[in-house]
Amino acid sequence: MFFSGFKGGIHPPDRKEQTKNCPVKELEPTELMTFIMAQGGKPCTPCVAIGDKVLKGQVIGDSKEFMSAPVHSSVSGTVEKIDKVLSPRGDMAEAVIIRNDFEDKEASVGETFPVGYVSKDELIGIVRNAGMVGMGGAGFPTHVKLSTDKKIDTVIINAAECEPYLNSDYRTMVERPDDMIDGLDLLLHAFGIFKGIIAIEDNKADAAKILKDKLRSNMQIKVLKTRYPQGSEKQLIYSVTERKVPEGGLPADIGVLVFNVDTVSSMSRAVRSGIPVTRRVVTVAGLALKEPGNFLVRIGTPFWKVFEAAGGFVCQPKKIVMGGPMMGIAQCSIDIPVTKTCSGLLALTDDDIGTKEEMPCLRCGRCISACPMGLMPVVLNKLVNKKEWDEAEKGGIMNCIECGCCAYSCPSDRNPASTIRRGKSALRAKR
Amino acid sequence: MMDNINVQNLTVSETPHIRSSHKTSSIMLEVFLALCPAAMAGIYFFGFRALIMIVVSIASSLLAETLYNKIAKKKNTISDCSALLTGILIAMNVSVVMPFWAVALSAAFAIIVVKQLFGGLGGNFMNPALCARAFLMASFLGKMTSFAQPMYSGLLAADAVTSATPLAIMKEGSTKGLSLLDMFIGKTGGCIGETSAVLLILGGIYLIARKIIKPHLPLTYIAVVAICSYFLGGFSVEYALMQILSGGLMLGAFFMATDYVTSPMTEKGMVIAGIICGLLTVAIRHYGGYPEGVSYAILMMNAATPLIDRLVKVKRFGEVSSWKKKEAVR
Repeated sequence: MFFSGFKGGIHPPDRKEQTKNCPVKELEPTELMTFIMAQGGKPCTPCVAIGDKVLKGQVIGDSKEFMSAPVHSSVSGTVEKIDKVLSPRGDMAEAVIIRNDFEDKEASVGETFPVGYVSKDELIGIVRNAGMVGMGGAGFPTHVKLSTDKKIDTVIINAAECEPYLNSDYRTMVERPDDMIDGLDLLLHAFGIFKGIIAIEDNKADAAKILKDKLRSNMQIKVLKTRYPQGSEKQLIYSVTERKVPEGGLPADIGVLVFNVDTVSSMSRAVRSGIPVTRRVVTVAGLALKEPGNFLVRIGTPFWKVFEAAGGFVCQPKKIVMGGPMMGIAQCSIDIPVTKTCSGLLALTDDDIGTKEEMPCLRCGRCISACPMGLMPVVLNKLVNKKEWDEAEKGGIMNCIECGCCAYSCPSDRNPASTIRRGKSALRAKR
Repeated sequence: MMDNINVQNLTVSETPHIRSSHKTSSIMLEVFLALCPAAMAGIYFFGFRALIMIVVSIASSLLAETLYNKIAKKKNTISDCSALLTGILIAMNVSVVMPFWAVALSAAFAIIVVKQLFGGLGGNFMNPALCARAFLMASFLGKMTSFAQPMYSGLLAADAVTSATPLAIMKEGSTKGLSLLDMFIGKTGGCIGETSAVLLILGGIYLIARKIIKPHLPLTYIAVVAICSYFLGGFSVEYALMQILSGGLMLGAFFMATDYVTSPMTEKGMVIAGIICGLLTVAIRHYGGYPEGVSYAILMMNAATPLIDRLVKVKRFGEVSSWKKKEAVR
């Protein structure tokens, strides 16, 4: 039978043309750089003191927890302050603030492997020391993912970039395809397998063409239909391998590991030249901006500096969003620093958002058709509001991936996703 | 430079930050549009009085909605266009000889009693337009069952030549004088908007193509009526075709049974609802006292909808069936 991938999903206007052809420009750091200690996984504790001199690439925050990745300074300078600051997640988080001396004195790097391959254990060590986390947005520490003892037979690179507006992965693939291919090769050799798949949506056909010429014998490219949330891990694995991650399970349970483009590229840089994660590609877009574009931003740069580089605002933005418009986080200030998971910074106007009035539920069932996890958002929404936890759990509330398809497709502007998110955290708290 | 990077009054809300362009009012308007060709055919076949009937029905629906909201001190909800839709549906569901005041009264009943008193749009458990039809059936049986012959009505049709509907003729046990073509294009006796099967089907196809409705319910409904009629009519394809082209079946299947508020939300549920509607329609047409059963069949399906939605479950992504779980424990 003809296989067309996962059920459900939506087709939002992709609005990528705004920055699709903007080459990545390197952005100068600011005088004060703020490094939040919680950038994926468990938060780190600062390992520098006020007044300390730090070098570019030096570890400034670390933790003994397995589920955490160290934080590195992206500039050289002096530790000015260690304080709680507003984080992109909306809470107050501990951060190290460094006064940049603009000299970019680099810290010495450890062992590097300019050619050849590394073992799985070596790779795990390098990845952890480089502070690598899932750079697609979830921020799951990469060494934890690599440390699986399950039998892996397939590695997928998530190049779907299904979120509207965002082009950071696309630009990385077009401009620096070799890093990604090398990173994938390292991964495949570390696991001793021969099946690396680059999964890309068909709206990025030119990137697929560039990559096709560079593929090695153990890699293949799979072009998928453009549909949100094609880049959601479970949906992507199903679209690529026709295997379903069982409820409550992990991709490793069915022999698959999925990595983001930027994560794999920085893996190559970490192995080959010992460079830790101190910068990332950020798409800066939205109708409120004068000159949207893609920027190579150092971690710790405040948002305002990034928006300034994009020409500033032509009108008051209604919302500032870190990440994509479907799953990104709305920000209340532009003094917040860029973190490792910041794939985009959007300045949205009413025209981007599409305003409508909240109305009673029509029971039209669009949320049910749109749910890629096969849930019934309208029903779960009711159950959470009635606090019928057992029924909600039976209805699969914990399976929700919070992709927002239900809210996007609702003609009455209701948001079952937000109620379900509330329900999930209430249920977690009860356990 | 610093001037234009100041921001004020940022909205902070939960994801997602973009919304589709579908709105309740735009959906209602598209259904209204899809109904218009069939309504115009009704005006063509039954004359000027049909047009006035439609205007009266829509006007009184909107008025009833406005008045109710005024009295209940609520925001006026006519902008959601659902009252507009109810209005045209009521007019399409009555005979052209129905007194205007009766139609106005039934529209008020539909809007105020059936819809608003149950909580307004989304809260009603039965289709308001069909309830209005049932209300008229109960109160004005004579007028509801005397139908003008098409193309013979005078300007105001008070003296229209009445004719029996194809269903009434078939109920007598004959198909004499019935033309499949006339029934297809709508040149038969019947309610204003129900006779032109072809335009109703086109309207339905439009709604399916625009993804406003799903084909599951209407197709199951029509298929069940066709199959059952084929057997009950003595294995006659012609009889089965006449059954599906006559009465309110097309109007009911595409435009009334698919009403979001009162029909199941899942595809499986829609199929079940279609089967229920089909079986009940055939049962009423063949064994019931009335020649037509579409409206009561749909109303009964409406009543069963909460139950269907409770029982029908969607298959979850990566669902591990309970027997497999038990197997794994062993």
